[in-house]
Amino acid sequence: MPSADSAENYQVKLTAKERNQLLIRLKGRVDVTTAASILKELLPRLDQTDTTSIIVDLSKIIDFDDYGALVLLQIKAKATASKIKFKLQHTNAQIEQILNLVHFEEHQNCALTPVKKQSNIFMRLGDATIKQAFTIRYMISFLGSAMICFGNILIKPRTLRFNDTIVQMQKTGVDALPIVALISFLMGFIMAFVSSLQLRQFGASIYVASIVALAMVSELGPIMTAIIVAGRSGSAYAAEIGTMRISDEIDALFAMGFSPTLFLAIPRILAAMIVMPVLVLCSDLFAILGGLLISVSMLDLSINTYFNQTLNSLDLIEFTWGGSKSIVFAAVIAWVGCLRGFQVRGGAAQVGNAATSAVVSSIFLIILIDSIFAVIRSYW
Amino acid sequence: MTDQHVIVVENLVAQFGNDLILDGVSFYVSKGEILGILGGSGCGKTTLMRHMVGLNLPISGRVLIENIEVSNNDNIDQRKAMRRIGILFQSSALFGSMTLSENVALAILEYTDLPSHMVYHLARIKLCMVGLKGYENHLPSEISGGMKKRAALARALALNPAILFLDEPTAGLDPITAAGIDDLILYINRTTGTTMVIITHELDSILTVTQRIIMLDKHAKGIIAEGNPVDLKKNCTNPTVRNFFNRNAR
Repeated sequence: MPSADSAENYQVKLTAKERNQLLIRLKGRVDVTTAASILKELLPRLDQTDTTSIIVDLSKIIDFDDYGALVLLQIKAKATASKIKFKLQHTNAQIEQILNLVHFEEHQNCALTPVKKQSNIFMRLGDATIKQAFTIRYMISFLGSAMICFGNILIKPRTLRFNDTIVQMQKTGVDALPIVALISFLMGFIMAFVSSLQLRQFGASIYVASIVALAMVSELGPIMTAIIVAGRSGSAYAAEIGTMRISDEIDALFAMGFSPTLFLAIPRILAAMIVMPVLVLCSDLFAILGGLLISVSMLDLSINTYFNQTLNSLDLIEFTWGGSKSIVFAAVIAWVGCLRGFQVRGGAAQVGNAATSAVVSSIFLIILIDSIFAVIRSYW
Repeated sequence: MTDQHVIVVENLVAQFGNDLILDGVSFYVSKGEILGILGGSGCGKTTLMRHMVGLNLPISGRVLIENIEVSNNDNIDQRKAMRRIGILFQSSALFGSMTLSENVALAILEYTDLPSHMVYHLARIKLCMVGLKGYENHLPSEISGGMKKRAALARALALNPAILFLDEPTAGLDPITAAGIDDLILYINRTTGTTMVIITHELDSILTVTQRIIMLDKHAKGIIAEGNPVDLKKNCTNPTVRNFFNRNAR
């Protein structure tokens, strides 16, 4: 065990002998407490020496362990690299046992550091392509599996794990409500404040209510809620299922005849699809309240005026559009979260990677799908 | 207590959740000794080990390692004592994101002044000692259960601890691999004089490796037998101990 490795605990003596031989005498403790100091002192001196053979005398050693063996291996490595003969002298029984334990004779190359697998750019490109191809195949396979499970549930509703779905609805929906409400309120507040600065100059303060309502209900409400749900629940799905994967729980489910998709993924996907539109409605409401606060306090609008203007700006189609998007977003977030969880292999680090990947992939897909919705709406 | 007693457990009372598991357990471990802790499932073997290494704190009583109390988090010397011990966990507990050599090198890099290339060479030596030559750059997920135990043993030996705690080192392994690990434990004990505390159910390991055992019992919530395993097997009159050694269900 490393501790104060005072020079009193060991001694290194180099003596030049006849026929260009170098005698190294190691004395005292050559172990975990002194190995670093001995090597620091000895190796630079070896570099300066011109010799044809090195003899290491171990007769005065009183304590020796595998750290001591490391010292000898480093001397041996120097000798081998310079094509110098190397010999140990006066080894006792304890030293012999340690040297046998560490397979001293087999260690030829000392300077081994951890070697990461090296590959050129084409090999890495090829590996990445193959990996992506497998990922796509897995995604399609998982999507198909989820569709089949949904089909089975439609035919036999009892196959749905109803209690699990309720629990997931609470985790994904009810538990997320406070953060969704707070962020949406602040979004409405900021949007109203920024737009009021411009609109007030033209005497058009009343339109603050329209801007907040339209932006939140048709666009920002579903997107902001989806991003929050992806960060909260998508990552949680990936981490939960990933942990089950590395602890063989999913294999156990499979071995017991359960479908892991039906057992784990469907309740999560269904729960997300049910609660997301409700969360989006709450988000819209709190954003409108945020806008109301600015309008009443800064723009001297009455509460009635603000709400009338908000209702005049909105059609049912806006709510339907926002709600439809939120259902698609929810399905994608839950699908990606579960998929990343099922893809975990290895250990704890991969669970973390899966959670990160679930969030990043979900957010990317949310933005992509929202763009597609925008294009569809422009041709509506 | 004498200078030869490197671990002393005094009147240890331990709980797991709300259940009282150990009630007034006392024993010692001598320097260089291999002590086995035996007992049926749920009798508190692992709980006892966790208290001995300071991972859990007792309700009352104390644990001394080389005269330093580890059962008290306020003791500033506790960390010093912790560096004198190595632990092989039941689940191996290797870091999954690191290769085997990185797992072994972690503590050496932290606590010694050796340059990094020598540390990795030393990690290679340690892995070679436990029969894992050539697996230095493998991840724990790429090796078998027996290999994980060996790698975890190499990691536990990283800083050449004075005391080694081994929680079921051969559990779940085939007889040949288990015998290999038993031989390795004995060899390390003989060559380095490391004191060892082994928790095990394996009768073969108990009889070949341990020099002294203590047997815990769930109902007694403490030690029901203590002594040389061969003598206990032959002469002990306690029915629980006899059933354990004779593999009787009752």
